[in-house]
Amino acid sequence: MSVVVGYVPTREGETALDHAVAEARARKTRLVVVNTSRGDALVDQRYVDEEQLAALEERLDGVEHLVVHAMRGREASEEILAVAQEHRAELVVIGLRRRSPVGKLLMGSTAQRVLLDAPCPVLAVKP
Amino acid sequence: MDVWSSLLGGFATALTPENLLYALLGVLLGTAVGVLPGLGPAMTIALLLPVTFALPAENAFIMFAGIYYGGMYGGSTTSILLNTPGESSSVVTAIEGHKMAKAGRASQALATAAIGSFIAGTIGTVLLVVLAPLVVKFAVSLGNPSYFAIMVLSLLAVTAVLGSSRLRGFCALGLGLAIGLIGADQISGQRRLTFGQPLLVDGIDVVVVAVAIFAVGEALWVAAHLRRTAAHVIPVGQPWMGKEDWKRSWKPWLRGTAFGFPFGALPAGGAEIPTFLSYVTEKRLSKHPEEFGHGAIEGVAGPEAANNASAAGTLVPMLSLGLPTNATAAVMLAAFTQYGIQPGPLLFDREPQLVWALIASLFIGNTLLLLVNLPLAPAWARLLQIPRPYLYAGIVFFATLGAYSVNLQAFDLGILLVLGLLGFMMRRFGLPILPLILGVILGPRLEKQLRTSLQLSDGHISGLWSEPVAVVVYVIVAVVLVWPLLARLLRRTPVGAAIENEHEKVDAR
Repeated sequence: MSVVVGYVPTREGETALDHAVAEARARKTRLVVVNTSRGDALVDQRYVDEEQLAALEERLDGVEHLVVHAMRGREASEEILAVAQEHRAELVVIGLRRRSPVGKLLMGSTAQRVLLDAPCPVLAVKP
Repeated sequence: MDVWSSLLGGFATALTPENLLYALLGVLLGTAVGVLPGLGPAMTIALLLPVTFALPAENAFIMFAGIYYGGMYGGSTTSILLNTPGESSSVVTAIEGHKMAKAGRASQALATAAIGSFIAGTIGTVLLVVLAPLVVKFAVSLGNPSYFAIMVLSLLAVTAVLGSSRLRGFCALGLGLAIGLIGADQISGQRRLTFGQPLLVDGIDVVVVAVAIFAVGEALWVAAHLRRTAAHVIPVGQPWMGKEDWKRSWKPWLRGTAFGFPFGALPAGGAEIPTFLSYVTEKRLSKHPEEFGHGAIEGVAGPEAANNASAAGTLVPMLSLGLPTNATAAVMLAAFTQYGIQPGPLLFDREPQLVWALIASLFIGNTLLLLVNLPLAPAWARLLQIPRPYLYAGIVFFATLGAYSVNLQAFDLGILLVLGLLGFMMRRFGLPILPLILGVILGPRLEKQLRTSLQLSDGHISGLWSEPVAVVVYVIVAVVLVWPLLARLLRRTPVGAAIENEHEKVDAR
């Protein structure tokens, strides 16, 4: 069993990670951190680079954890759900943020897909 | 003076609210395609050609002028923040610019690039105003043989001087000239390369060729090579410069302008050579040579000024002789033809309002670009987060729509695909695009000059060198052709070797 968290280097992502670490400690189980990109744009600020990855590992020191850092052309929601399935997640943690009406029109909602399709309870946190 | 009153007249045309709007639109579009690597002003203008048929010529050209200058500004933003040049002319900017950004001086790099581009663009445009009428005065005295010679020179120079391989350059030029031959002979009416296909008798529309080679070819290339990448743009605030930065930038700006303008104005100048020369010069003259390679502001200021000055310089032969020396100028020349305007030395006499409005809008566009780019450069960088499949799907859609709307023939879509595949193969085998486009656009005009010259001399080939200017130009052609031998000799001298080394360093990047 494990706790799976969708991580992006933003305020929402950091909050989600904080809560996920706390949950994993309380449940005495493994933490799986997911950070992925579809990789079809030239730039993706939410995909962590080497430096951020090292910082992340340092922060997770002392917690039993696994970082899934991959670029496989799939949506973030698909990646999180696949990882949750694979690691038999007992909890998925995601960060939520407000979206403007235009933002809702242009971008799909990763959070909604995870909430509706996750095989286990989902903890949604706000910064 | 006459020139200045004409220029004021041009401003009067260009400053109407409607034309200002088109200038702004052009500037925004130009910056956007400049920021995105792989897209450039030439492709954008080609895609817009069919759309702009509905507009009066002035509006269209004012917009094109904005796109042309805008591409130069946008390219530097990507170079500095991502280390991927947005345009070929900002390759050198990336060397020092990205180092500066990594050292936390991205704001200064962006500022010196934008202000340098503005200053160089303005000086370049003033030089264009002064020089173009002089060149026209000289050019109207030229006969057909001299014209033929100058066109041969410019085609050869673009093919042989630019690019890494002459063989590939000549292959591309040959392809372009062959495409230009398709259709009925202008004088005898004989059908050439039509393969019995009546729809080919009118020739292939230049718009279809340009859209296919630039847009469809690039889209296929990206589709075949879509690598999964997720780079990071270096975060940056408002671009600004300190006193020290100004002090270190203004000389490189002026020197860069001095390199860029003449190279742009020569047939076959291009922006790559002067930006490179400017970089090498700044490195040599700098009081802080130790900073080069670690983010020296001079290495951004000089090349960025050079590429904008060269963009202005390119318009001198384009407007006064009808000779394009880069891809964007070539497509703009095709646009003149689409509007039924004959490019050449008579352009200033026949279409003074259009030409001066175009030149005035260069000043306006340049100013708008500074205003749009200086505070908004970081926002432009966000365009890089657009998923490429969406971007290229849109481009292919516009390409198809444009190619169809030229003649409303489904047949043109077939040609679009075939030439798009050709464009893809050219990228695959490293053939440069520019000689092909120049071949298609200049080929028929070259042929016309040749035929007229031969008619004037009663079919004697000696008629081709009957004018002194033609003889001089043929001598230069000979020099261009034996240049590799000269370069080999030059390489043995220390200066030549130094330049060669720098070249290799840049190539190795």
